[in-house]
This record gives sequence, C-alpha cells and structure tokens, in this order.
Amino acid sequence: MLNEHGPVVVDARDVTVAIGGRPVLRSNTLRVHEGEFLALMGANGSGKSTLVRALTGLRPLTSGSVALFGTPLDDFDQRQRIGFVPQRATAAGGVPASVREVVASGRLTRRRVLRPPGRADRRAVADALEVVGLADRAGDGISTLSGGQQQRALIARALAGEPDLFFLDEPTAGVDLPNQQALAAALRTLSERGATVVLVAHELGPLAPLVDRAVVLRDGRIAYDGPPLSEEAVHFHHHPTTEHHDHAPHVASPLDTLEGGR
Amino acid sequence: MNLIDLLGLDFMHRALLAALFTGLAAPAIGTFLVQKRLALLGDGIGHIAVTGVALGLLTGTSPTWTAVVVAIIGAVVIEVIREQGHTNGDVALALLFYGGLAGGVLITGLDGQGASSLNSYLFGSLTSIRGGDVWFTLALAVVILAVTLGLLPQLFSVASDPEFAKVAGLQVRAYNVLVAVLAAVTVTVAMRTVGLLLVSALMVVPVATSQQLARSFRTTLTGAMGVGVVAAVGGLLLSAALSVHATVAPGPTIVLLALAMFASTWPLGVWLRHRRRLRAPFPAVPADGTDHSHDVTEDHSHQHGDDCGHPAVQHGDHVDYVHDGHRHAPHGEHYDEH
Ligand SMILES: Nc1ncnc2c1ncn2[C@@H]1O[C@H](COP(=O)(O)OP(=O)(O)OP(=O)(O)O)[C@@H](O)[C@H]1O
Ligand SMILES: [Mg+2]
Ligand SMILES: [Zn+2]
Ligand SMILES: [Zn+2]
Ligand SMILES: [Zn+2]
Ligand SMILES: [Zn+2]
Repeated sequence: MLNEHGPVVVDARDVTVAIGGRPVLRSNTLRVHEGEFLALMGANGSGKSTLVRALTGLRPLTSGSVALFGTPLDDFDQRQRIGFVPQRATAAGGVPASVREVVASGRLTRRRVLRPPGRADRRAVADALEVVGLADRAGDGISTLSGGQQQRALIARALAGEPDLFFLDEPTAGVDLPNQQALAAALRTLSERGATVVLVAHELGPLAPLVDRAVVLRDGRIAYDGPPLSEEAVHFHHHPTTEHHDHAPHVASPLDTLEGGR
Repeated sequence: MNLIDLLGLDFMHRALLAALFTGLAAPAIGTFLVQKRLALLGDGIGHIAVTGVALGLLTGTSPTWTAVVVAIIGAVVIEVIREQGHTNGDVALALLFYGGLAGGVLITGLDGQGASSLNSYLFGSLTSIRGGDVWFTLALAVVILAVTLGLLPQLFSVASDPEFAKVAGLQVRAYNVLVAVLAAVTVTVAMRTVGLLLVSALMVVPVATSQQLARSFRTTLTGAMGVGVVAAVGGLLLSAALSVHATVAPGPTIVLLALAMFASTWPLGVWLRHRRRLRAPFPAVPADGTDHSHDVTEDHSHQHGDDCGHPAVQHGDHVDYVHDGHRHAPHGEHYDEH
C-alpha cells in the first residue's frame, strides 16, 4: 500500500556510475516511499540492472549518494530488510545443490553465524517454496530444474528472508503465465503488508495492476517518472532510434582492472 | 619385511594419521573450490608452495613453515587478482603457477641439491613425516574441518552466488580470502602424504566422485570426505605394501585409488540420473480440455502391471507406463498414448 507521506525507503541522489571510465548512469535522483511498487523499465543496456546494483551496494558510485531506510548505504547493516533477485539465467554452481539449500541461503540474513536453523527459519523456507510452487521439488538438484523453475527458486530465496524492501531484476523472464500470476499474488500480499518493491521488467504481464509508479531509463538517465505506462510508450516503438551500443573497452592485460579505469 | 611389520612402525602410524586427516580436510575445502568453479586453485597453490619448500631447503628452516607462508601469500594474491581481474583472471593465475614451480626448481638448484631433494615434497613420502609434522597436520586439519562445517551455510552462499551474498550483508571478500587461505593450508598439510603436484587431485576427485550420487551440497561434501579418507588411507597402505618390492610414492597411489573410485561410481551416477529422470512425475492433465487422452495405441499385446518392469510414473490422477519413449496409460481394455 502506497503511503505518499510515509518515510522514504530508497533515497538515491545524483547517482552516477561509470564502468571502465564510461558513464553508464548519469546523475539520477530517485526517491521511493514506503509501500510503493515501482516498475523500472527501459531498453536493453539502458542501465536498469546497473541502477539496481548501485542501490544494493553491488556497484560503487562514481558520485552521488544512496541511503536505504534513512541510513547511508555504507553504514547500512539491516540486511534482513532487503530481498534481491538478480538477473540471471541459471542458479546452479559447480557442485549439486538442492532447491531447499539454495532457498535457505536467503534466510542467512536472519540467522546468526554458527547457529543451526530454527523452526522459524525452516517455516520461512517452506513458505517461500510454497509461494513459487516448488514445494514438491525442494529436495531435487537445482540444476535439474528448467530455467523458469530456477528463476522461481531465486525468487523464493529472496522471499525466505522476509524482507520489506525488494529489488527484483526481471524476475519473470522465462516464467510461464500461471507462475507469473502466482508471483503477482505473492507480491500483492507483501505489498499490502507494506513492503516496498523495485521491479525491473520489460513486460509487466500479471504484475501490471500492482504497479503504482513507472520509471523509464534511457541511455543511463531517467527519462520518465510517473504513473504506469503502456508497453509501447516504454519501448518507444513509434519512434525507433538507431542505437549505438559500443561496449566498454576490453581489458588487455591480466592485471588490468575495469575499476581502475575510473 | 612385509606390510604387517611395516604397520607396527612408528613412522607408519604417523603417516596413517596424517593421511586420515588429509583425506578429511582436502575434499572439505575442495567442495567449495569446485562450487566456485575454481577446481584448479589447489593445483596453483601447490605449484607456488614449491618455491616455499625450496626456500626452506635453501635457508635450512623447516620447509613446512616456509611452504605455509609462501602458499598463503600466493593464495591471497590469487584471490585478489581473481576479484579484480574479471575476465583475464585465469591467465594471471597461470603466470603465478609457472612462476612458483620454476622459482622452486631454480632455488633448489642454487642450493646445489638438484631437483631430487624436492621429490619427496612433490609426490609425498612415507618416511619424511616427523612426529611434529603429525601434530601440525592434525591441528590444521581440525581447524579446516571446524571452519568449513561450522560456516557451511555462509560459505555455500558466498561460493554459489557472491552477489546475492553481498546484498545479504555477508563479508564476501573475507569469506573468499578465508577459503583461499584454508586451501593453502590444506595444500601444505597434504604435502607430506600426497605431494604438492598431486594434492589438488585429493581436493577435487572425491568431490567429482561424490557428486555422481548426491543431490544436495551437504551430502556432496560429506560423501567427498568419505571418499577422501578411503583414498588417502587406502592409497597409503597400498603404497606401503608395494614399497616392500619397489619405491612407490604414496601420492600417485592415493590419486589413482581416488580416480578408480570415480570411475566406478560414474556409471552408477549415469544410471541413477537416468532413472530419476524417467520416474519424475508428469505434469497433471491441463484443466482446459486440451487433453489428448484418447489416442488409442494400436497392437499393444503387452500387459502393464506392478511388476512388468516398466517404470510407472504418476500423471495427475493415474499412472503412465514408460517404455520405448512412449507413455501408456491403461484405459479399460486398451492403452492410451499420453
Ligand atoms: N560489468 C560490466 N562491464 C562493462 N560494461 C558494463 C558492465 N555492466 C554493464 N555494463 C554496461 O552498462 C550499460 C547498462 O547495462 P545494464 O546491465 O544496466 O543494462 P540493463 O538496462 O539492465 O539491460 P537489460 O535489459 O539487457 O538487462 C550497458 O551499456 C553495458 O554495456
Ligand atoms: Mg538488466
Ligand atoms: Zn482410451
Ligand atoms: Zn509393462
Ligand atoms: Zn497419463
Ligand atoms: Zn505400453
């Protein structure tokens, strides 16, 4: 439930991010209120994932500042309040891992080091699996799941920590309609409980009715910030532009770093 | 002198103890390396540790200590390069590997002993394990086991998805350095039994063996430790038995035994995965009526049943019998193609 006068949960000011010396995000200011459901949209390469990574602290800022729940990101330690679903094709590593193990790692924010999981932890993991419809696959290896099922496992991992601020980077890419509807129902429940959601998506599908506000990125800048839009308006289908997407220069020497180029 | 006499000797007791703990510790840390797709990290550290051993031989200090120090420095450097270097990290690692090995052989040459004195460190040696070494091995192995098992959920999370772990507030860099340092310590612990050039095999092959049969990370880890112990202790005994006739270094026998265990579980793993796939339930019949349940199979003389040998797989409210790439559901007197 959006509360326009509620506290600001995400406060990003003049966020600028350069990768390998090349500006990817240019001076973006974004304020998200408690309970807001925000859809972050834009073409491939427009900087959506980079913005989400900057907001979660994965991508250092070149200039500007980010505060979550009123605390600057560098000092922010209430990590159990954040849930993150990365943009990803697969959830599998080099060793077999069960779906339950992957989902349980989302619970670590609420568990103390060297303590075995308690009843509440197991309950939360089971509930998260239930929400994404993978309860019957909990014991199976994550790599035996299809791409969309793995994506659902990653969503469950974020749910398991019972956060109140979600960053979801294209969580429904490759997920079929019934499961998108299930996810929409889960997000609706969370949203009604007061959770704040920042969702990156190309197509909102069943999530569309939940969205309070749309932000459209274009070439690293916020080009639109306001009420939800139709799909056409987001992708500028009526005014196709030839885009030049030359990538950041490649690193030639093994000891070179992209970060060093800043 | 036969194997029974050998088993009565003090140095054999020490060697067996060292092998037992090496067999437990090396696969424990190896599981995390394999999960991070860094299976060859142990190999790289082993090569770097050669320089450490050579420095010890040259300066007359204990090669164990110099190897530990050099291996830890090398492991941390590798971790830093990996974290910073993005795409070309593996090239940088290769540079370090070869530098370590070449440096070690060169330094031993300076000492005037030639590469032969390095041999017992490169491939392990039964008789070179001193009393102090055993306690050292034992203490380090206990530390490795306590850390890997105690921090398993955290290390698993960091190894499988470092970005998610970072957002969850885990100290990803600290955990990564911890794993690298533990790998370096493991390499030096295993140096006396398996040798520096083969230690990586004891970290990786048991994991490869165990993951043939396991479905979860935890069972892979414990299974790998079991395989590691059998390979290390068994290989050591085998090399002791053989050394009655010839000089056989324990390293190669341990590794070959581990590989034999991998080779024998591999077909079993293939069969198990095949069976699991065959028996996975089919999604229930869609409710929207796009049901094709009345494709009657022609000429079906065989009678499916509980013990006909064909897997009966759950499909909604009935079972399908799977054979020859078909799914046959009993329907009255005939079978439907599902
Ligand atoms: N690790 C990186 N190294 C170099 N350039 C990068 C890196 N990550 C992103 N970029 C660049 O930053 C720009 C924005 O990328 P980003 O991943 O944020 O796009 P996006 O909007 O999420 O696109 P998509 O819809 O494909 O997910 C792109 O031009 C990309 O080339
Ligand atoms: Mg993206
Ligand atoms: Zn029929
Ligand atoms: Zn049959
Ligand atoms: Zn059927
Ligand atoms: Zn049949």
